[in-house]
Amino acid sequence: MGKTLLQKVWDAHAVRRLPTGQTQLFIGLHLVHEVTSPQAFDMLKARGWRVAFPHRTFATVDHIVPTTNRKRPFLDTMAEQMLTSLEGNCLEHGIPLYDLGSEDQGIVHVIGPELGLTQPGMTIACGDSHTSTHGAFGSVAFGIGTSQVRDVLASQCLAMEPLGVRRITVTGTLPAGVYAKDVILAIIQRLGVKGGAGYAYEYAGEAVERMSMDERMTICNMSIEGAARVGYVNPDRTTFEYLRGRAFAPPAERFDEAVRWWSSMASDVDAAYDDEVTIDGASLAPTVTWGINPGQSVSVTDRLPSPADVSEADRRGIEEALGFMGFEAGQPMLGTPINVAFIGSCTNSRLSDLREAARIVRGGRVASGVRALVVPGSERVRQAAEREGLHEIFQAAGFEWRGAGCSMCLAMNPDRLQGREICASSSNRNFKGRQGSPTGRTLLMSPAMVAAAALAGEVVDVRRAVAALEVSA
Amino acid sequence: MTCIERVTGRALPLRGNDIDTDRIVPARFLVAVSFEGLERAVFADDRAGGAHPFDNPAYQDARVLLVNRNFGCGSSREHAPQALQRWGIQAVVGEGFSEIFFGNSVQLGMPCVRVSGEDIDKLMRAVEKDPTLLVTVDLTTMRVNAGCLGARADMPAAARDALTTGLWDATGLLLHDFDRVRETAARLPYVSGWKQAS
Repeated sequence: MGKTLLQKVWDAHAVRRLPTGQTQLFIGLHLVHEVTSPQAFDMLKARGWRVAFPHRTFATVDHIVPTTNRKRPFLDTMAEQMLTSLEGNCLEHGIPLYDLGSEDQGIVHVIGPELGLTQPGMTIACGDSHTSTHGAFGSVAFGIGTSQVRDVLASQCLAMEPLGVRRITVTGTLPAGVYAKDVILAIIQRLGVKGGAGYAYEYAGEAVERMSMDERMTICNMSIEGAARVGYVNPDRTTFEYLRGRAFAPPAERFDEAVRWWSSMASDVDAAYDDEVTIDGASLAPTVTWGINPGQSVSVTDRLPSPADVSEADRRGIEEALGFMGFEAGQPMLGTPINVAFIGSCTNSRLSDLREAARIVRGGRVASGVRALVVPGSERVRQAAEREGLHEIFQAAGFEWRGAGCSMCLAMNPDRLQGREICASSSNRNFKGRQGSPTGRTLLMSPAMVAAAALAGEVVDVRRAVAALEVSA
Repeated sequence: MTCIERVTGRALPLRGNDIDTDRIVPARFLVAVSFEGLERAVFADDRAGGAHPFDNPAYQDARVLLVNRNFGCGSSREHAPQALQRWGIQAVVGEGFSEIFFGNSVQLGMPCVRVSGEDIDKLMRAVEKDPTLLVTVDLTTMRVNAGCLGARADMPAAARDALTTGLWDATGLLLHDFDRVRETAARLPYVSGWKQAS
């Protein structure tokens, strides 16, 4: 019987079995940011410990950075203190920091892959639940809390319990106007926001194999929204070609060796899975959330569910979500008015996301009364987009073009919803209050769908715009 | 090293599935460099909306939080269990927890145990009827008891053992045999510079 990638990576990184029965797992790459690390460094200091493997630790600043006025000190004095604290801790412990002003600064889950730090066969941890993103490269990557950040700083290890593996096979070809974001939203809708508990999700099938690394990252990113702490795709030529030549990728003379090892870590064809699910990629449509968790979504041309149609147990959740959103049971998703359009976040802020959104936006105008912003995931993404003139397309249409950061995904910087505003968002969470206003409302969708909604001022079906582009091309 | 075998106290029933960590502690309270004072952030936005169990005078001394399905989903912020613990919660009983929230809680010495949907409903009703009812979460017997009610509780064995043997703060354990950490690292081709890749 063969092994899954998860088992192989686990075995290669297992240090020993702890007296508690947990596995002591070596962490190959530790990514650090300003929000979940200052307390961990303090705990380290209180116990007189040093960072065990500073050369396997990398830091950046993303959550709190302003995306407009990036002058130091920040207007928000506490945000300034957080960054100063990170700078001091990195300096003291010899940890490389991609600071504000660096051309490599950006969202931690965008810059890790961009720098070639993220590689197949690694274990990767970061004090952020969307660390699952890095699984797109065939690594085992997961989010941790601050006490665990302390553990990794001090020992480069974590005490872990084993996970099962659920293989999710996406067959067929995605229709035009249907994107990786729609695939993962559909998976979460089908398997539920707690369906992945205890599992790593292995994404497979021809639709996934055909995807670019950016698209695979979008899918793996939102694994955690389906309760799977880890999501991964087996490494293949697409993965290797993405990595070739990147700053921290193996040097050219070692690259073939690396590819051999990386390939050996992929799941064996006869690996046993704890569960298997198949999704027909060709049947998927643009998907939009209507509620207060990422599983509450419909195809854009469908109507919202009715509490009357579901079991007693689920009724309360739907009623609560409809009440918060101010929507009626059974109302159509199409035509839902929006106030804000946000293109960004670790889910969908990479160059290909911006290109596709710009393709929809080109020549159009943001609807009157709609505030629209594009926040590239990293400074490198921003610069690459500017070299292609994407910023001009967005700005000509009335979008704001910003510096890199997490921005309005979780509103820890000045970018936030006001009052009851509804935001068409390419981010990952539609939780109550997530975008900075306790009563603000989020509709999750693909960046192309956000672009189309920004122009229309309401939720529309991007497949029409995409079809029109294909006719004119 | 503190062994945590049981928690006894009044309880606070908080109904609802999929309560995420953004609700437990909204992100604006994460703009800070310490966990100090986070007890004031517990469910800050939900509580602004009116009657909330965390504002109910009858539950102010609660040590045991009663919840439904998938509690603590979403963000990995340890601020969520930190805030609950600083508020006074010492154990959480529910139908299910997100893995990251669960792990963070164990690291803080705050057990999260699972009971059946039927049992959590009985416990919540009993506490709603009589908030002075004492609830005991017993990790040695894996039972939750409250007056004449008793429920079988469930928790991964490793986490339970970590709590009952006082090994829940893992760093010491992880540093115990550091040579083996170095050996494991040296065997990984990406750590050793691809010099031993086969």
